[in-house]
Amino acid sequence: MDFLTFIQLLDSTVRLATPLLLACLAGLFSERAGIFDIGLEGKMLAAAFFSAAIAAVTGSVWLGLLAGIASSMAFSLLHGVASITFRGNQLISGVAINFLAAGLTVLIAQDWFSQGGRTPSLMGGARFEPIILPFADSLGGIPVFGPIYRELISGHSILVYVAFAMVPLTWWILFRTRFGLRLRAVGENPAAVDTAGVSVVGLRYAAVIICGVLCGIAGAYLSTALQAGFVKDMSAGRGFIALAALIFAKWRPWYALYATLLFGLFGALETRPDVIEALFGLKVQGALLGALPYVMTVIILAGFVGKAIPPRAGGEPYVKER
Amino acid sequence: MGEQAPAIELKGISKAFGPVQANKDISIRVMPGTIHGIIGENGAGKSTLMSILYGFYKADKGEIFISGQKTEIPDSQAAIAAGIGMVFQHFKLVENFTVLENIILGAEDGGLLTPSLAKARKTLLELEHEYGLNVDPDAVIEELGVGMQQRVEILKALYRQADILILDEPTGVLTPAEADQLFRILDRLREEGKTIILITHKLREIMEATDTVSVMRRGEMTATVKTADTSPAELAELMVGRKVLLRVDKTSAQPGDVVLDIKDLRVVDDKGVERIKGIDLQVRAGEIVGIAGVAGNGQSELLEVLGGYADATGEVRVNGQPLELSGKRSDGRARRARGIAHVPEDRQREGLIMDFSAWENTAFGYHRDPDYQSGVLLNNTAIRADTEEKMGRFDVRPPNPALAAKNFSGGNQQKIVLAREIERNPDLLLVGQPTRGVDIGAIEFIHQQIVALRDKGKAVLLVSVELEEILALSDRVAVMFDGHIMGERLSAETDEKELGLLMAGVNA
Repeated sequence: MDFLTFIQLLDSTVRLATPLLLACLAGLFSERAGIFDIGLEGKMLAAAFFSAAIAAVTGSVWLGLLAGIASSMAFSLLHGVASITFRGNQLISGVAINFLAAGLTVLIAQDWFSQGGRTPSLMGGARFEPIILPFADSLGGIPVFGPIYRELISGHSILVYVAFAMVPLTWWILFRTRFGLRLRAVGENPAAVDTAGVSVVGLRYAAVIICGVLCGIAGAYLSTALQAGFVKDMSAGRGFIALAALIFAKWRPWYALYATLLFGLFGALETRPDVIEALFGLKVQGALLGALPYVMTVIILAGFVGKAIPPRAGGEPYVKER
Repeated sequence: MGEQAPAIELKGISKAFGPVQANKDISIRVMPGTIHGIIGENGAGKSTLMSILYGFYKADKGEIFISGQKTEIPDSQAAIAAGIGMVFQHFKLVENFTVLENIILGAEDGGLLTPSLAKARKTLLELEHEYGLNVDPDAVIEELGVGMQQRVEILKALYRQADILILDEPTGVLTPAEADQLFRILDRLREEGKTIILITHKLREIMEATDTVSVMRRGEMTATVKTADTSPAELAELMVGRKVLLRVDKTSAQPGDVVLDIKDLRVVDDKGVERIKGIDLQVRAGEIVGIAGVAGNGQSELLEVLGGYADATGEVRVNGQPLELSGKRSDGRARRARGIAHVPEDRQREGLIMDFSAWENTAFGYHRDPDYQSGVLLNNTAIRADTEEKMGRFDVRPPNPALAAKNFSGGNQQKIVLAREIERNPDLLLVGQPTRGVDIGAIEFIHQQIVALRDKGKAVLLVSVELEEILALSDRVAVMFDGHIMGERLSAETDEKELGLLMAGVNA
């Protein structure tokens, strides 16, 4: 394998890791506040559809992005109402959102575009185009650094840079701000937050809304940057892989970056069987790589590689006691 | 003090939950700079009243005055603003946060943490100095002992500039020494002009620590008296509404043959920590042996091993025959077959299934009893009848076998468990915390039943964190500390002070 192939592999890792990373951070906000969210998948899918649809209709990818975020947030609020206000079961609510999104997107797509549940292909301003960073071409000639800069760092859509910037930002919010302190506290012991005179419900809604925004960006990335248009079930389990990454990352922002990059690499290898063959001298089934994130999560959960302790109040509706 | 406005005055507070009147027309005046005790049985309405004061519930009727000012307290935020701080029975701390983070939570100075934490560190040091409350600000809560965690709760209230401090059953989890320390802190706080409301069901604490005491019974405030002018017997009568025996009435023990014989018992928990480090203990027929100790020193593990749901190594004999300590033949069923009955420490988790009815709960563990069978099916009618009979004998109220366990009061739940175990006439009864969360009237009854079993010549092993209970019930006391038995004493020849030292690991 030559150096350029290696860089290309990493480049595609970054592209595939981006939606995972955004969804993983979305889940991180929600679960750190004590709201388990297995509806990441559904929210991404809804956002993927609405951003592609609105971008196709208006020709503006930015309006598409807004529509995607809005749709994802609407599902988030649904989850919030069910699990925070009405103290329902968070898993059931999440499952419902996944089903709802899978059905609704195809239904509306067929109704609007009559293309068998897809949106038209997006072109020009209706897509996020790669951004060429300054001097990408002039620096490209420098050995080692040049190709890395030109092929790997430069040439991604704006959403990729947003996703990676979210990692330090999330860390900063969680561990350096008042909001973050309260958010973490409400996921560990909501009673402590409540007795301190802070609204548990308000904090949890805030977390759920942030989760919706990030899932929205992740979905928009799928249909307007990674691909050019929406197709049925295009989130393809990424929401679940993001959840797996979240556990793998032990609910920490930087670990989330590493976990999603690793899972992104599996995804990239899946599309390049030639690379695996060159590296290991044997053919590996692509599906096997696709299953690796789940296998690794099971191993983590079984406690073989350190312990993943979820937020203590996670999944439990807060009921005020005497 | 005559013309001084009370720190807190409640006028005609009423609160109902559905048909249950939790507080009925309660009026109380708490003078500033005093320690005011509120005593009452479980369910008397103490906690509801305090929850109203802390903004958790809204009273149906009545007014609250803070330092003479009429004040509305719709939520905790308002209570904090009114200078009220609350130390709950179950601490409201974030376990994996540091002391400092817990203290600023909800009282941060701005959006960013670093300056808030720096300021809090300074203020905390001042507070610690002023009130003699030393806590390491950077310690993580889950690594601190309960006594320390309680200090953090007090500091939390002081950091929010509370002038009125409410403590709900503060000594439930403390050693006698820690409790004494707490009362010294409260004294200090009073000297600094703070007003303290102490909610407890322990008469001794009221007598020792308070200036004034109010008694609650069934949602009503039955009396408010100067502590100096009353006696424990009078307070107990006010609480229960009838005369109660504060001492357990029992004759001296007539110990017979050794029933339980433990040699070099060791227990390692699933984290690999040795919880019981080689203990020897004997319990004879016709005697109650009490295990005293602060929670978490191996007593629970001892009960679990003997009850058949934890593994151990060593040698245990019951009536001279060895007892399996691990493997299939050491389960609860095998234990019952050997005449061991077990009233577990946590009745809501280990003793009962809260959503199941009383009769189903009564059958648990004894569901293979031939009397309960009807072919391959359970004879539910027989179980119900049997339960009703047992409920009658143990005065369980209401005596309704179909009612779910969770709908009984703590004392009645405990009676259901006791009836199930004692009525099987075991050779050895294991009892953990028999009266935890049980009201005084029921305590008296439960103690009588345990003594009655002893008088029938049975062996009883009692584990309790209530030293008073251990002293009152046991004939012999063994004190556990850090997985060892620190010493054994005859209850008639020892006192709380000596046992307290042993509980703290000091062998005098």
